[in-house]
Amino acid sequence: LSPNLDQILLSAKASDYLIGSWWSEVQMGPPDPILGVSEAYKRDTNPKKMNLGVGAYRDDQGKPYVLSCVRKAEAQIAAKKLDKEYLAIGGLGDFTKACAKLALGDNNEVIKSGRNITVQTISGTGSLRIGANFLSRFHTEARDVYLPKPSWGNHTPIFRDAGMQLKAYTYYDPKTCGFDFQGALNDISKIPEKSIIMLHACAHNPTGVDPRPEQWKEIANLVKKRNLLVFFDMAYQGFASGDIDRDAWAVRYFIEQGHNIVLSQSFAKNMGLYGERVGGFTVVCKDAEEAKRVESQLKILIRPIYSNPPMNGARIAATILNTPDLYKEWLGEVHGMANRIITMRELLVANLKKEGSTQNWQHVIDQIGMFCFTGLKPEQVARLTKEFSVYMTKDGRISMAGVTSGNVGYLAQGIHAVTK
Amino acid sequence: IMSLFGEVPQATPVAVFKLSNDFKEDANPKKVNLGVGAYRTDEGQPWVLPVVKKVEKIIVADNSLNHEYLAILGLPEFRSSASKIALGEDSPAIQENRVGAVQCLGGTGALKMGAEFLRRWYNGNDNTKTPVYVSAPTWENHNAVFANAGFEDVRPYKYWDAEKRGLDLDGFLGDLESAPKHSIFVLHACAHNPTGTDPTHVEWMQVAEVMKRRKLFVFFDSAYQGFASGCLDKDAWAVRYFVTQGFEMFCAQSFSKNFGLYNERVGNLTIVARDSDNLKRVLSQMEKIVRVTWSNPPSQGARLVAITLNTPELFAEWKDNVKTMADRVLLMRASLQAKLQALETPGTWDHITQQIGMFSFTGLNPKQVEYMIKERSIYLMASGRINMCGLTTKNIDYVAESIHETVVNVQ
Repeated sequence: LSPNLDQILLSAKASDYLIGSWWSEVQMGPPDPILGVSEAYKRDTNPKKMNLGVGAYRDDQGKPYVLSCVRKAEAQIAAKKLDKEYLAIGGLGDFTKACAKLALGDNNEVIKSGRNITVQTISGTGSLRIGANFLSRFHTEARDVYLPKPSWGNHTPIFRDAGMQLKAYTYYDPKTCGFDFQGALNDISKIPEKSIIMLHACAHNPTGVDPRPEQWKEIANLVKKRNLLVFFDMAYQGFASGDIDRDAWAVRYFIEQGHNIVLSQSFAKNMGLYGERVGGFTVVCKDAEEAKRVESQLKILIRPIYSNPPMNGARIAATILNTPDLYKEWLGEVHGMANRIITMRELLVANLKKEGSTQNWQHVIDQIGMFCFTGLKPEQVARLTKEFSVYMTKDGRISMAGVTSGNVGYLAQGIHAVTK
Repeated sequence: IMSLFGEVPQATPVAVFKLSNDFKEDANPKKVNLGVGAYRTDEGQPWVLPVVKKVEKIIVADNSLNHEYLAILGLPEFRSSASKIALGEDSPAIQENRVGAVQCLGGTGALKMGAEFLRRWYNGNDNTKTPVYVSAPTWENHNAVFANAGFEDVRPYKYWDAEKRGLDLDGFLGDLESAPKHSIFVLHACAHNPTGTDPTHVEWMQVAEVMKRRKLFVFFDSAYQGFASGCLDKDAWAVRYFVTQGFEMFCAQSFSKNFGLYNERVGNLTIVARDSDNLKRVLSQMEKIVRVTWSNPPSQGARLVAITLNTPELFAEWKDNVKTMADRVLLMRASLQAKLQALETPGTWDHITQQIGMFSFTGLNPKQVEYMIKERSIYLMASGRINMCGLTTKNIDYVAESIHETVVNVQ
């Protein structure tokens, strides 16, 4: 009595059966402000178009750059003929251990005493999300997360979706295109105890403005006085100064000062593993026993989202971090990427001067990391996109990684045209 | 500084992973792991599919490939070819441009995305009270996925009849009839986990009739397509039938088992909508959910599957690899049943060959399960579920004897 599907298909169009739709009230979602930029860029037919939207590194030919140490690691992995069995919920052990060491330093007391738990996550976003979910469930004393003003656009929706409330503390000074240190201290001093404060470990996104070490020290002190829970987002370790340890300095300092932080790490940029989704989430606990309890709860959070994380990228990252000559090569390549960006900053300013711009562009050189907060206003950004096909986010942020020696002149022309 | 996490309690470990752990630590040389749902060869080893090895080499040799971000919804050629696998090349819904998909982190990720979308947009906005029905029993993570998405009312629908060791059709249909309108039902497309008991075609038709009449939402979980019968199309019969009946529905697909890509997290949420306009708006909202969860999905596994599905010789080779796995499972089923009959083990054991897919609900009770583990070092779930893939020609005698001894000595 088994019905013949073909006969059923012939007899009527399936959509004849449909009366209404469940989804008539579903609104069209607006394009993602950051990723949406790339999609608009793709549709543009202007041969001189520039994509300065997403923070993905490009070489001086404007091409994606697969790190040599990554290719080597992939070859090593392929030769091992490994199986594809599920990873543990918390991810690949070789990766998570190395991930923690990279952030905290090889000889960090936290790692030695086993009082950190580090789980593998779906890159930085996945790490932030697990962190947000964990805090939402277990940090019941406070629901507020304080982000620097401005912060990465996706921070707010992530925390909000996890049930947290978002507030802000002063960070960027539009007058100087630099750090508003006093403003930050003022605001932080008023944050209610036990609230969560988000700090960008290095290469602040979107402004590229980082506190100096002395300023970090004061912030750490104030944060301790206010008894705040510190959430570090470190997506650019190595990418800011070119030096892994220098870029992790703030994270390590806070821990030294007794802050039991939570930390998100991404290997999207510093290893160029964007699409492989490699990241880590760390909770620094009171002791190893607490770390075990926290770990068990993180697993409970992860399992109903994606069960266990993807192997490929973590395997590559672990191989690099744990193989001395690959690690050395990696440090060199990260340094190289950071240097190219620093060079582009200098070239951009030089070209702007050449165009005859009388504006102060020093901040382009002072800012650090992949992004530059140009100071352009939304109308100027719109003109730059419309008239020059230069794609960037509305807040005036450009990804320096998208700038090359071949197009920096054109970019300077465009910026000068909309700002003169 | 006082710890902020001083009050965080130790959570109980996920059962299936604890089982694997205990198995690992067992020193008994005769131990058998019939726990976690992953395929094993007759040597008891994991099996990377030959076609997968081939495609990995292709990927490595292709210098035009890099590690850039995928789009939020994933690799387009993966999404469309994966949906075709579920719905059929000639699916009218595909031809009518009303099928879309979201590449997700495994089957779990696909269920998660579907659940999050439904909570926000189905049956009103953020209607956390919409009942979600999962089969009794079901994969233990179903509950958590929907509960974590915010649904407050996750309930069982009658499914497994322990007495007759088969489908409780009347109970199932009864629950469909009494469910509040618009309730969401999670249906196993084939190879029901953990019972291995699927409705017949006629029974599926009855289910569909009630669901259409009572306006219940169809959410298929398809984790074993190809693995059940060895034939992709046969295993997709239920999903495709529901499409012909005009349902708007979700189908969470996993390529963990049928491609053996467990740790690459390859999944696809196929969406069948009324028309392309509705589909477009649904996908735009899916993007927002993806963005706050993982931003964009991992590329390696999706690439692998896409290349395989879109290259005729590789596609043929894959189907063959799938059949190899399914055939070995069928052989073990037949073998175990024959041995238990030969031993004259009390009870009936036809269900072993009648059930389908990776799992079998043996009917062993918790005490008998404990005996199997403690006395015989044979690891299986407390529910009595065994993974047929854990059986090999070398251990099947030991397992059959152990089941016999257990049933005879433990009630």
